[in-house]
Amino acid sequence: MSFLEIEDLKVHYPIRGGFFNTVVDHVYALDGINMSIERGKTYGLVGESGSGKSTTGKAIMGLEKITDGRIIYEGKDVSKQIRGKNSTYNRDVQMIFQDATSSLNPKKRVRDIIAEPIRNFERLTEGEEKKRILELLDIVGMPEDAMYKYPHEFSGGQKQRLGVARAVACRPKLIVADEPVSALDLSVQAQVLNFMKDIQEEYGLSYLFISHDLGVVKHMCDHISIMYRGRLVESGTREDIYKDPQHIYTKRLIAAIPEIDTENREVHKANRRRVEEEYRQNEKQYYDENGKVYDLKSLTDTHKVALKNIEVGGN
Amino acid sequence: MENENQLLDINHLHTGFRIKDDFYDAVDDVSISLEKNEILAIVGESGCGKSTLATTIMGLHDPNKTKVAGEVIYQDLNLVDLNEELYNKIRGNDIGMIFQDPLSALNPLMRIQDQIAESLIFHTKLSKEKRYERVLELLEQVGIPNPPRVAKQYPHELSGGMRQRVMIAIALSCKPPIIIADEPTTALDVTIQAQILDLLKELQEENGTGIILITHDLGVVAEMADRVAVMYAGQVVEEAEVGELFNNPKHPYTRSLLNSIPQMDSENDELHVIDGVVPSLVKLPRKGCRFAARIPWIAAEEHEENPVMHEVAPNHFVRCTCYKNFHFEEGGE
Ligand SMILES: Nc1ncnc2c1ncn2[C@@H]1O[C@H](COP(=O)(O)OP(=O)(O)OP(=O)(O)O)[C@@H](O)[C@H]1O
Ligand SMILES: Nc1ncnc2c1ncn2[C@@H]1O[C@H](COP(=O)(O)OP(=O)(O)OP(=O)(O)O)[C@@H](O)[C@H]1O
Ligand SMILES: [Mg+2]
Ligand SMILES: [Mg+2]
Repeated sequence: MSFLEIEDLKVHYPIRGGFFNTVVDHVYALDGINMSIERGKTYGLVGESGSGKSTTGKAIMGLEKITDGRIIYEGKDVSKQIRGKNSTYNRDVQMIFQDATSSLNPKKRVRDIIAEPIRNFERLTEGEEKKRILELLDIVGMPEDAMYKYPHEFSGGQKQRLGVARAVACRPKLIVADEPVSALDLSVQAQVLNFMKDIQEEYGLSYLFISHDLGVVKHMCDHISIMYRGRLVESGTREDIYKDPQHIYTKRLIAAIPEIDTENREVHKANRRRVEEEYRQNEKQYYDENGKVYDLKSLTDTHKVALKNIEVGGN
Repeated sequence: MENENQLLDINHLHTGFRIKDDFYDAVDDVSISLEKNEILAIVGESGCGKSTLATTIMGLHDPNKTKVAGEVIYQDLNLVDLNEELYNKIRGNDIGMIFQDPLSALNPLMRIQDQIAESLIFHTKLSKEKRYERVLELLEQVGIPNPPRVAKQYPHELSGGMRQRVMIAIALSCKPPIIIADEPTTALDVTIQAQILDLLKELQEENGTGIILITHDLGVVAEMADRVAVMYAGQVVEEAEVGELFNNPKHPYTRSLLNSIPQMDSENDELHVIDGVVPSLVKLPRKGCRFAARIPWIAAEEHEENPVMHEVAPNHFVRCTCYKNFHFEEGGE
């Protein structure tokens, strides 16, 4: 059962201009998406730069004003009162940022950084708080004395782990992770990804995992949504998306991933060219007359695709 | 030069940065070569010295803060010894460079056509009309739609992929036999990355250009490279033809890296993590195997005292002897 429902969520940014600096147009950064999030699952959100991934994450976090649509949390509409200090939603939904360095206050010690959500949402004595922080440091594999250090004393991967420690401090139900490993080297990335999976098991957490790296997404996610121009073009299980992509945009993204298979690179290249050609020729029929992505339609229980007529997609 | 296909021959190159009162080598005794019509990939994690190597070849270091020693032989010249005036003749004309971040490498106040024309003015005697024709031809060649319009635009008016194409057009403008591309697609979406990589490949095939492709993406290496040099802490630790490297990796670092890639077809496995961190320049151990601290379960005797490159198969080189009995910790790979 899902505990969080995103219904037809929209975020339109006004563009101001003209003599009176009035609103002359809008950027439809997020233009009607639906998602339902279940316990203990990881949901991938992928798409090219500017497609609206971060806007989605921020809207869910209440960091961006919602133009339209609803967020239903455990049966209650929370869209209007997300940022309230005492709201359980605010405690239960946390975020990990792409850039660990700028998301940790350089002037604060690790102890105070991690304690921030605890102090916001829970009433713990100093001893209890310290105990919790030591637990958290242990979970993220950092030594006790890290507590008294400052962020600049840690490597990129370690900082990202501190970000995770802060995010899980109040035992949230959902963590929105916006490109959590994009800035990290391969081996550090591996460390953070392993670790995100470990704490998921430990706490039964759900993730909304935002990334443009389809390899990482495939490794991490149970369910994947592909985003384009503020809308979802396709969503389904990992198998649906990678083994049976239906939308030309999804096919194109998958074909573009470099593969580690040196013997067959000519084959990949030919395949990529073929998909690219198909994209160029048939692009129009995949979007409506205004270039807008169609509404998602169900192909199977899990697999949804935004096509005008569902038959178009078959190969 | 012994081999007439050889474009660049780098021998025992050192590039040290001044930190307080000492110089610390970020490129530490690197020897590699580049041939015509070859894509040589240089891979390794952040800070291992890839960009320093590129900028050293291009002669872009401030001599007051950097110490460069060794050889970068190009057409019987050791570029390391060139003065600035001679280097200016080589840069752009003989060696083109594509930088990771096109926005900071392009001049924001200059029209695209003028930026491309700059190096044509410097290196060629083309008339103004001919130069403009060449600019349009280049923009066309790198797949920019409507070249006459884009030629008149400024960098901020273009998307990231278009800017990177402009950078490539500039690098190509004088048809240099060598191109150095430092993470040319790291900032781009995969679909645009694929286009840019295809473009580089075409250029190599059509003009016989030798390309040094710097990247940390092993997928890009597998799709593009002919030969690969893996760098760790300022040194090349393994070098091989691309198929050999992926099918038969030897150095513990290469093997560890390959194991930490999230594989497209084995999603539930725990990814491999390399213990510890890459030491900073100042703390880098300059004696012994630099990777030893990251594989502490391997006995000290397995490492060489002064690790050198060993040819383990034809044209496949590995540094240190620790590869011989290397195994992953607990239960293996
Ligand atoms: N505050 C803002 N005002 C106006 N437009 C904005 C604002 N923030 C984002 N946008 C626009 O909304 C669209 C979606 O942006 P968003 O940051 O969500 O993309 P993204 O998918 O996260 O991209 P990236 O992969 O580059 O992070 C883009 O066109 C962006 O330019
Ligand atoms: N101007 C400089 N002064 C001092 N140290 C420097 C300077 N430039 C680079 N370094 C150091 O030299 C080492 C190599 O840096 P370099 O930029 O060549 O790495 P890289 O392999 O290109 O990494 P990345 O993948 O992050 O681009 C690093 O330890 C870096 O901190
Ligand atoms: Mg974003
Ligand atoms: Mg670099």
